[in-house]
Amino acid sequence: MEQLDEQERAGARDDGTARDGGAAGTMPRQRYDEAAHGTPGTAGIYLEVQRSPAFQEVRRRYRRFAFPATLAFLLWYLAYVVAATAAPGLMARPVAGAVNVAMVAGLGQFLTTFLLTWAYARHARLRRDRAALELRWDTQEMTRGAGQW
Amino acid sequence: MVTGDHQTLALVLFSVFVAVTLAITTWVSRDRHGSAEEFYAGGRLFSPMENGFAIAGDYMSAASFLGISGLIALYGYDGMLYSVGFLVAWLVVLLLVAELVRNCGRFTLADVVAARMAERPVRIAAGTSSVAVSVLYLVAQMVGAGSLVALLLGGTGEAARTWTVIGVGALMVIYVSLGGMRATTWIQIVKAVLLMAGTVALTVLVLVRFHGDVNSLLSTAAERSGHGSAFLGPGLRYGGDWTARLDFISLGLALVLGTAGLPHILSRFYTVPTARAARRSVVWSIGLIGGFYLMTIVLGFGAAALIGSAEVRASSASGNTAVPLLALDLGGGAGSTGGTVLFAVVAAVAFATILAVVAGITLASSASVAHDLYASLRRPGRRQYGEVAVARVAAAVIGAVAIGLGLLASDLNVAFLVGLAFAVAASANLPVLLYSLFWRRFTTRGAVWSVYGGLVPAVLLVLFSPVVSGSPEALFPGVDFQLFPLQNPGVVSIPLGFLAGWLGAVTSPEPPDEARHAETEVRALTGAGAV
Repeated sequence: MEQLDEQERAGARDDGTARDGGAAGTMPRQRYDEAAHGTPGTAGIYLEVQRSPAFQEVRRRYRRFAFPATLAFLLWYLAYVVAATAAPGLMARPVAGAVNVAMVAGLGQFLTTFLLTWAYARHARLRRDRAALELRWDTQEMTRGAGQW
Repeated sequence: MVTGDHQTLALVLFSVFVAVTLAITTWVSRDRHGSAEEFYAGGRLFSPMENGFAIAGDYMSAASFLGISGLIALYGYDGMLYSVGFLVAWLVVLLLVAELVRNCGRFTLADVVAARMAERPVRIAAGTSSVAVSVLYLVAQMVGAGSLVALLLGGTGEAARTWTVIGVGALMVIYVSLGGMRATTWIQIVKAVLLMAGTVALTVLVLVRFHGDVNSLLSTAAERSGHGSAFLGPGLRYGGDWTARLDFISLGLALVLGTAGLPHILSRFYTVPTARAARRSVVWSIGLIGGFYLMTIVLGFGAAALIGSAEVRASSASGNTAVPLLALDLGGGAGSTGGTVLFAVVAAVAFATILAVVAGITLASSASVAHDLYASLRRPGRRQYGEVAVARVAAAVIGAVAIGLGLLASDLNVAFLVGLAFAVAASANLPVLLYSLFWRRFTTRGAVWSVYGGLVPAVLLVLFSPVVSGSPEALFPGVDFQLFPLQNPGVVSIPLGFLAGWLGAVTSPEPPDEARHAETEVRALTGAGAV
């Protein structure tokens, strides 16, 4: 983590030389030169990067995790809120001692929030960060080549 | 309940905190030239841990510390909704917003939207709604500060309250216009540490009192609340008719969706160097905020068990004094040294909390005024002022407005005002942000409609709600133009914001700009070209 961060900072300051083999496939090198010489401008470069398999893969990995996870926790939270208003009897049912269903559900919200935070951070760190960083350097190099910066 | 000793010690601690924060402001503003990078983003080199503490310090307001524990002490389980909602909201921020906003924007929410759209209209729209949300939130904090001091100084009442609101306003203007983001961040870090330390100490004392037996804590709370086991289940506050229940759902929705639209939270992500650092700061802050809200639950039930709901209500009808009363009791009761010290510490922590939160909000709204509104509205040909100079002046003007409104609204319930600010943020800011980041076919018209389509209904519904007129507790109890039954507009205005954005985008005459969408998407996910 720390290393990646420092690499990214260092790269943002100078040329972004810290690069090696891609985790999510490499970009089509050939077309960079086209971009540099044919100067379609940065707009064309971003469209090109967006269509590249490497970027599609990073986006797919992000969305495959973030969207279902968001849907799941929002539904779970809404179920919790609606149950408190629509089914107070069920929520008041005792579980153990003074602890009832409502209390367990409330603490469950805390627990799932912590777990999901951990899972997301881990997923992003292991599955997305390195590929995204490489795309960043590649893209910045292309835009620099296009003479737009 | 308040004796001279409390007051003196609390005032000494207040003064120490004010002195420390002013020293921080002077220290960080030495030898700094006022670049926008420095003023709005503090140089962007804070570590994730520092930023995580600062986010927590920005977010955990006095309304949480005093208000939520108080609601739990009075209404038991129904007060817990705030704790849960305020925390779960951070998942929206973590999963959908933090990293992408860090990568796409420079200083404000409008930066992210304007990257894809016609700059002027969307900046004016997003800037306006950001300022509106910030001012509502500021007023809530000012009212909280006023009530807190009125409570501490006992019967001395109105004059003390007025001077507190003015003093808090003046301090926040000084922090922000002299110290910018760097001073604000350090003040928030100091405050977060103080607040966590104070809360942990009280929680440990409560648990020790019950020998670590949570079951006996809960059953004693239920017993002394006067409601029996109903205290531990939902329904005491929001269980009445269907209007009250719908209000509960509306509030729940506003809490969970509002956080990701709060301008002062979004601006915190720009103080770290990379999107990865932004993510890690959110992980830190979720840990801190989650721990804090878990402890507010213990404190709330602890206050019910040790003080009793009736006594809490006798001291303050809204429950805001539950934690100070609890501190007094845990320290050994009124008149004891321990009680005096703990009470004063709690008061000072609450005061520190308010100062740190108002500084963050003032900074974010001055950024919206200078970076979004002034930059878009200034006429070419007129004399141009530097953006940072405008931001410093804007901070002073916003401070003055907040003082005025804070004095006007001094009788409104603080937690309610915060809920309102969240509802407006969720209706006006969140839809446009999510559409801009994720929807390929989004257009300028969609962006503008989505902001106003959320902002205008949210504000109108509040104006026609029982909060403003038509009920004994309303802002204007004498008149009745109440048309909308709910206190919180979220359940209506949030869907309207999303709907307006969708409608605007599909009816746009101009097609969506594919190239700029590609740029936003690539930059958001990779960090290419991020500042």
